[in-house]
Amino acid sequence: MVDVPLGHIGPAHAADVDDVELYHPHSWVTKYVFSQDAKIIAIQYSATALTVGLIALVLSWLMRLQLGFPGVFSFIDANAYYQFITMHGMMMVVYVLTALFLGGFGNYLIPLMVGARDMVFPYVNMVSFWVYLLAVLILVASFFAPGGPTGAGWTLYPPQAILSGTPGGQDWGIILMLVSLIVFIIGFTMGGLNYVVTVLQARARGMTLMRMPLTVWGIFTASFMALLAFPALFVGSVMMLFDRTLGTSFFMPAIVEMGQTLDRSGGSPILFQHLFWFFGHPEVYIVALPAFGIVSDLISTHARRNIFGYRMMVWALLAIGALSFIVWAHHMYVSGMNPYFGFFFATTTLIIAIPTAIKVYNWVLTLWRGDIHLTVPMLFALAFIVTFVNGGLTGLFLGNVVVDVPLSDTMFVVAHFHMVMGVAPILVIFGAIYHWYPKITGRMLNDPLGKLHFWVTFLGAYAIFFPMHYLGLMGVPRRYHEIGEMAFVPASAHTLNAFITIVALIVGAVQLIFVFNLFWSLRYGRPSGGNPWRATTLEWQTPETPPPHGNWGAKLPVVYRWAYDYSVPGAVEDFLPQNQPSAQPASGTIHG
Amino acid sequence: MGSILVFLTALLIIATWWLSRQGLMSKPWLEQGVAVDWLAARRAPSSAAKVGLGVFLAVVGSLFALFISAYAIRMQMPDWRALPLPKILWLNTGMLVLSSVALHGTRKAARRGEDEELRLGLLAAGVTALAFLSGQLLAWRQLTADGYLLASNSANAFFYVLTGIHGLHLLGGLIALGRTIARAWRGIAPERLQLSVELCATYWHFLLFVWLVLLSVLTGWAGDVIDICRQLLA
Repeated sequence: MVDVPLGHIGPAHAADVDDVELYHPHSWVTKYVFSQDAKIIAIQYSATALTVGLIALVLSWLMRLQLGFPGVFSFIDANAYYQFITMHGMMMVVYVLTALFLGGFGNYLIPLMVGARDMVFPYVNMVSFWVYLLAVLILVASFFAPGGPTGAGWTLYPPQAILSGTPGGQDWGIILMLVSLIVFIIGFTMGGLNYVVTVLQARARGMTLMRMPLTVWGIFTASFMALLAFPALFVGSVMMLFDRTLGTSFFMPAIVEMGQTLDRSGGSPILFQHLFWFFGHPEVYIVALPAFGIVSDLISTHARRNIFGYRMMVWALLAIGALSFIVWAHHMYVSGMNPYFGFFFATTTLIIAIPTAIKVYNWVLTLWRGDIHLTVPMLFALAFIVTFVNGGLTGLFLGNVVVDVPLSDTMFVVAHFHMVMGVAPILVIFGAIYHWYPKITGRMLNDPLGKLHFWVTFLGAYAIFFPMHYLGLMGVPRRYHEIGEMAFVPASAHTLNAFITIVALIVGAVQLIFVFNLFWSLRYGRPSGGNPWRATTLEWQTPETPPPHGNWGAKLPVVYRWAYDYSVPGAVEDFLPQNQPSAQPASGTIHG
Repeated sequence: MGSILVFLTALLIIATWWLSRQGLMSKPWLEQGVAVDWLAARRAPSSAAKVGLGVFLAVVGSLFALFISAYAIRMQMPDWRALPLPKILWLNTGMLVLSSVALHGTRKAARRGEDEELRLGLLAAGVTALAFLSGQLLAWRQLTADGYLLASNSANAFFYVLTGIHGLHLLGGLIALGRTIARAWRGIAPERLQLSVELCATYWHFLLFVWLVLLSVLTGWAGDVIDICRQLLA
């Protein structure tokens, strides 16, 4: 190892100044409700997102009940079914996954992992959460609005989204959805600025970019992408809101509805699809990149191995981030496009598999000859790798125009995207919660309950989504409220649908065990100590657990090494924390 | 979608340039101790607020680039009827230029610590910016009076939306400027106002740039550029 001589410490970086002006709460309300502490905001974000997740989970149950046992539940008519689909999709993608990874984990982990006291703009950070909550309330309010929520599908394609044939199209549903999205994006931009600028400006001394844990790299890259991609959804939402409320024709072509010619002309529905997917595809990676980063850290810590190919991991994250902006039209193959256009997007789609494959190889090679501890977080991380590979491979099928066109409107696509951006990131979220819960609360989550939760969720997810691929290949269409009798759909497909529904109900119910565990362990969990996983990264080295406001006590940490010094020969323990100057802490001397 | 891709390419170049100076080729597993970041040491430390504004401008830029992309796609449809731009827009443009120039001067005044000029400059910038916004409202009224309604053609709708969103951004800037003016009047030393003034000036220059781009799109001067962007995709 090369020791950089310590005598040569340069002038302090702007953020090295110890006495940062820290916001001091004066009352219970400013400490726990309108708090400017990133850790409290993180918990607020996570709790809200998990609650929305439970609502979206119940919606998926209702959908599955209809698909598994059509006609049995009379309250699920076609309109209600489409409303459930739409709200389930939009809630999960935007209000759960994005908010949880960036607002939740981003807020908690970025300042702690880079060695900062807090985010750089704490006030803006606080406003960000409350604006997010407002967006959630507006969205949920549409359940109670006349006509109910919108049933336009989570992609909200015009013109149908704002016509009377679609539930909520001429009522409040679509308006509330669009307003909620606009508010969400404004709130996210406030948060996103914080995540990016904190990484850029508030790193502890010695924390170069290439010493940051991959979790921070993932969240940082994803935040930057989200800042650039969400404006596309903003533009689309504003323009559709004008179309719906003020009678413009941005997206509305000349159209005859119920025998009446509407007062619209010339609008381009394809334009909306471009805008939506210009946001929508980066969104997949906005969810995936934080998951990639977190998984890298979980695997490295629980296999006691340094991450294989750290530099490649960073480069791959950046390459995926950049490439994800030029693949959007692969969601629009069936909308009709110039064949050269399709060829271009098929090519970029397949190219993005290369950096992604690099990451998968590196995870596997990190595990190679590692001292693998099958803890609950590790189980979830391993499950993620398998699931992501599964979902990713079907993505390679669908990236090709000729394969996509026949499969696009079948259950195959539903299975694909649920594997790759539904189940896979959710597994990481669970793994990450089991991993960092001890830091957040000072107590371990209950292990047997965690293992039960893991096995039912993991195996259950496969029992749900694997058969769905076969249904899709058979030609069972998606988006149909009721398949009915079709010549190419055998009776066994209906049996399979009923099976999927039963498994979905079980997997959903098991999540209640997880929720119970969260609350039970808060009180009765085994005390964890400051660093239960013997991890190297800075958040585990705080003087107190859970870390108090300001994180670090009197002195900011100084970083002497990268984040992956596990199984170090000659070390007292088998790992060296990032803030430990030399391999022999007992002697207390510093090289140089 | 050409203009957003051009914008993102520009951002990509900046990001690549920046990343190339961050030691992405280093081998962190071989290095111990507090690595000296010589590049960071040589550069003047920039404040979090400045970096934050820079990132925010990237977001705003992306927003307007996307609106222009949408404009370029929509204007190809056969029902598009370009609207005659009100003459007052030229006066407004002049006001916004003056506002930007005033803030540029104020920035220098703040650096030199000239109290009087600072207040005068801030006030001048605020007044001219308000004049710009009022002028934009007059342009809207004139168009409405002439029958160019929001819903009657998408060219009209785009005019109202683009000018409206730009105006809202300037309005947000005016809140920041107003707070700076209030602080200057309370007698806070110019040196302590320097950062606020610089942030306002940067934001103003950016919004002036955006307005000039929007104007060239709305007048059709940018038609050739838009055509080229379209060619890139077709």
